[in-house]
Amino acid sequence: MKKLLNDPLKAASELVDGLVDYYNGSVEQVSPGAIALTNISDDKVALLVGGGTGHEPIYHGLIGEGMADGAACGDIFAAPPPNVILDATKAVNRGNGVLYLYGNYSGDVMNFKIASQLAAAEGIRVETVLIWDDVASAPPTEKEKRRGIAGLIPIVKLAGAAADRAENLDELVELVTNARDNTRSVGMALAPGSIPATGKPTFELDEDSIGVGMGIHGEQGVGVEKMMSADELAIKMVDLVLADDLPIGEGDEVLVFTNSLGSTTMMECLIVLKKVKALLVEKGVNIYDVLLGPMVTCQEMAGISLSLTKMNDTLKPLWDAPCSSLGYTKLGK
Amino acid sequence: MSAPTLDPTDVKQMLLKVADVIIESEEMLSQADRDLGDGDHGLGMQRGFTAAKAQLEGLDPKTVAEVFTTTGMALMASMGGASGAVMGMLFQSGGAALGANDSLDADGLCAFLQGACDGVTNLGGAKPGDKTMVDALAGARDKAEDIDCETVSEALQAACDGATEGMEATKAMIATMGRAKTLGEKSIGHPDPGALSVSIIFKTMSDYANQ
Repeated sequence: MKKLLNDPLKAASELVDGLVDYYNGSVEQVSPGAIALTNISDDKVALLVGGGTGHEPIYHGLIGEGMADGAACGDIFAAPPPNVILDATKAVNRGNGVLYLYGNYSGDVMNFKIASQLAAAEGIRVETVLIWDDVASAPPTEKEKRRGIAGLIPIVKLAGAAADRAENLDELVELVTNARDNTRSVGMALAPGSIPATGKPTFELDEDSIGVGMGIHGEQGVGVEKMMSADELAIKMVDLVLADDLPIGEGDEVLVFTNSLGSTTMMECLIVLKKVKALLVEKGVNIYDVLLGPMVTCQEMAGISLSLTKMNDTLKPLWDAPCSSLGYTKLGK
Repeated sequence: MSAPTLDPTDVKQMLLKVADVIIESEEMLSQADRDLGDGDHGLGMQRGFTAAKAQLEGLDPKTVAEVFTTTGMALMASMGGASGAVMGMLFQSGGAALGANDSLDADGLCAFLQGACDGVTNLGGAKPGDKTMVDALAGARDKAEDIDCETVSEALQAACDGATEGMEATKAMIATMGRAKTLGEKSIGHPDPGALSVSIIFKTMSDYANQ
């Protein structure tokens, strides 16, 4: 695998430096691995995201206007340590508390949990909403065992708008929980990405196979099936998401997001989107808005995921608000 | 030496020895993690114990707890990931259970092991049998408690034996936690890399106290 690196062991710190350069003055590194917006207003309830690097543009590429205020970045595919999370927490806190919003992976949960205790010891109020949108990772009765995958894009966007409007941390938790609980995703893996430091694949999958419901690091999903067409795959993804416990049917409005896991092209995402939309319209579901492209990735992993967010009167104005970030930018409606 | 107790300076020397052995074991630990995870466990442990060594070298400890908690903080801050959190917590909550004692005896070691087990299981939720480092850590605690040790050297030998047995037992287990759980039954036959690290830590501590 040809990859543009200098020292593979410094990939995480170099990409964070590059991210600060991308933001060109609106983001600063507040300690190694911790980044924050430079213009957070004084009365704001703060939104902090974070996780391992190597999945760009998430999570650290989601800070910006109308998005997250800061991010704690770990090493490649590894959770950030508690002190980095604490530094990021202090940088974004404006005295109204901080919401931690991140994917439900054991390393992240442990490190953010320790950080929230350290923050509490310094008098900073922290609340947490875990992202667990992957329907293939556990049954609906055990949501706390589900992984966070591409649904985090609409969830963080909605949370960013909510953080601009919320009067206090409790209100923000309520709004973000609404966004999280109305979002469901499923992923399909075609080929693994590689670990930058070693060049080795992140998991193994036969050339003619497809990992149905497989996670972004190769975590087990529903099973492995023979390679299929874009339409067949779209049918499978829509069926899996609609079979979950969130009722989506006639007259409902949804955000539709076809995410590339890295090397799957926009052409493929568009071909899948076409079928997904047709299937939803056939069921009387209205499309509120569409997102598409590589936003939750694992290096050059091939694969695609579908996320649906069911809209309601609370979420619509949050979605309609403009936002800008490396990972997702939206003009106002 | 077969020491009845260890003073804070002894404990510091013992953990410096642990740091050296873990740093030297990088390749072995990374290989163990390539079989089950993403292959970076050895590098993470090497980074963690290099940071811990730097902190310990500048420390003039008054209590044994201080030596362990300094090690834990350094591991947690420098490693990141799930392993940084659990390895750091092992030393931090184990150390916190020792209070202001200025020596480590057999009872102190049992208190350290109990504190470490409580801290790690409260944080990560793993239980013995889940094929994690908890299997080695709980093995060390159980063995040190079962044998009525008179000296810290005997207690460390028991902890070493228990940790090794716990690590060996992970070979037959199916991973249910962390990244290795994606392998399911394919994880059988390989020891958990975190359990392997814990067994090396207690073996080195025992070797130091029984040299």
